[in-house]
Amino acid sequence: MKDVDKLIRQQKFQDRFFAVLGFLCTLVGLVVLSILIIDLLRDGWKSLDYQFLTSFPSRKAESAGILVAWIGSILVAIVTALTAVPLGIAAAIYLEEYARKNWLTSFVEINITNLAGVPSIIYGLMSLGLFVYFLGLGRNVFVGGLTLGFLILPIIIVATREAIRSVPNGIREAAYALGATKWQVIWHHLLPCSVNGIATGTIIALSRALGESAPLIVVGAVVFNTVLPPSPLQANFPFVNFDWLDSSFSVMPIQVFNWVSRPQEAFHRNAAAASIVLIFITLTLNGMAMFIRYRFRKKVQW
Amino acid sequence: MVDATPSLKVQVRQLRVFYGENEAIKGVDIPVYANRITALIGPSGCGKTTLLRCFNRMHDFQKNVRYEGDIVLYPSEKNLLSRDVDPMEVRLLTGMVFQKPNPFPKSIFENVAFGLRLRGMSNRQELSERVEKALIGSALWDDVKDRLGRPATELSGGQQQRLCIARALATEPEVLLLDEPTSAMDPISTSRIEDVIFELKDRMTIVIVTHNMQQAARISDYTAFMYRGQLIEFRATEEIFQRPSEELTKSYLGGSFG
Repeated sequence: MKDVDKLIRQQKFQDRFFAVLGFLCTLVGLVVLSILIIDLLRDGWKSLDYQFLTSFPSRKAESAGILVAWIGSILVAIVTALTAVPLGIAAAIYLEEYARKNWLTSFVEINITNLAGVPSIIYGLMSLGLFVYFLGLGRNVFVGGLTLGFLILPIIIVATREAIRSVPNGIREAAYALGATKWQVIWHHLLPCSVNGIATGTIIALSRALGESAPLIVVGAVVFNTVLPPSPLQANFPFVNFDWLDSSFSVMPIQVFNWVSRPQEAFHRNAAAASIVLIFITLTLNGMAMFIRYRFRKKVQW
Repeated sequence: MVDATPSLKVQVRQLRVFYGENEAIKGVDIPVYANRITALIGPSGCGKTTLLRCFNRMHDFQKNVRYEGDIVLYPSEKNLLSRDVDPMEVRLLTGMVFQKPNPFPKSIFENVAFGLRLRGMSNRQELSERVEKALIGSALWDDVKDRLGRPATELSGGQQQRLCIARALATEPEVLLLDEPTSAMDPISTSRIEDVIFELKDRMTIVIVTHNMQQAARISDYTAFMYRGQLIEFRATEEIFQRPSEELTKSYLGGSFG
């Protein structure tokens, strides 16, 4: 019996050892993140006011604001979402449901997954070459949005495919057995069943796009911009205009980068304040993803 | 129980099915009579489900599956396996209920109405009538009439399976294909579903795959016993169970293997 006691003691020790080790590892991430956020809040909190959100950049740190940056970020995100989401979902549907499974599609699949890991600056260089120089589209909101769109396209494709693949095969068979075409199965069953996964993947991809600065610097986002893009909405018919697509732009991370690289302490406080806003936007988007996941998990069950 | 001259509804002729190199069904001929229940029995892997899924071309989704032979539908004499016949058309003529209940994650009403909508029906009044009729037909109406808008996934397993039967019935298929519809059910649900199936044969032709021999004996008019991809014996159910003519059938029904 003595040996059994010893064995149990030894193994329990091992058990506890790894529990503690795991806890410490988790703590590292949490603590670093908390320190970062607390530090940002301490530095930036005082600068964060209404004036800060509604002012143009300025040479004087006290009167500088992030108006151009957050409006630019939102406009770019709109272009990104409108291009990457439909493209990504359509490509995923094609690959998952229509494409024949052969070496070519496996090759395409592997490379799409690889694309998700390509450094973002490479996408910037591709856009610079393709959209700015080759197609001559200019260094504007539209090209910025497209660049980020291509950046997150693989993420959306992978997320959508996972979501579609997780729909049980019984649902497909039942619909086909009733005489449905592929598209009817996709439209009436696969998409509604996987909307949760698609929305989550898309929002997380978008929040990643919002934090990107490198590819936009490459395609020519303006660092010091004192002109707002024209409003997409207008008072008279047809109430929308698309001039904003062709306007120069700046985005939040670039504004932060610009302020951080200045010597004055006051600008660093502004950078901290802008970072708080950026983190807030990202967390809000992630919160939306969680909410959607929660809503649809209750609704769709099998 | 069996009339003297039942008319032929479907004739399976020299059917061969290949999964890649492997021949799963090796030349089978089975007649299916109109308004009768035909049971396909046999040990696991004998090809009975494979055969059933040929009737509505469910194999078409898998690559590496190849058919030879005919499945001719009467009175139109249409060969369901012909390349010229669109699998969609075959599925519009047939209905299928699967082994595991697979309701759509939608409302009870929409589950039953889906097949009708696919056939272009959109009039709410007409849809409601057909849905009600189908749910009465599958003995589910009394359970769900007050909650047609509730998600189908809230129903119990047995109710879900009856919902799947209603979904297949709503379109009034000529042939109803049942793939071990009660294998995941408790005895009470099983007997309710058997009652439903038995009632249905006045309205359509039914082919049922079952691994439960008692079930075949209870509800079917004809029984086909399959073994290793071949049809060993096809006869009226009473005869096959009382006086099997093949040694293999006798030992399977007697429980010496399976």
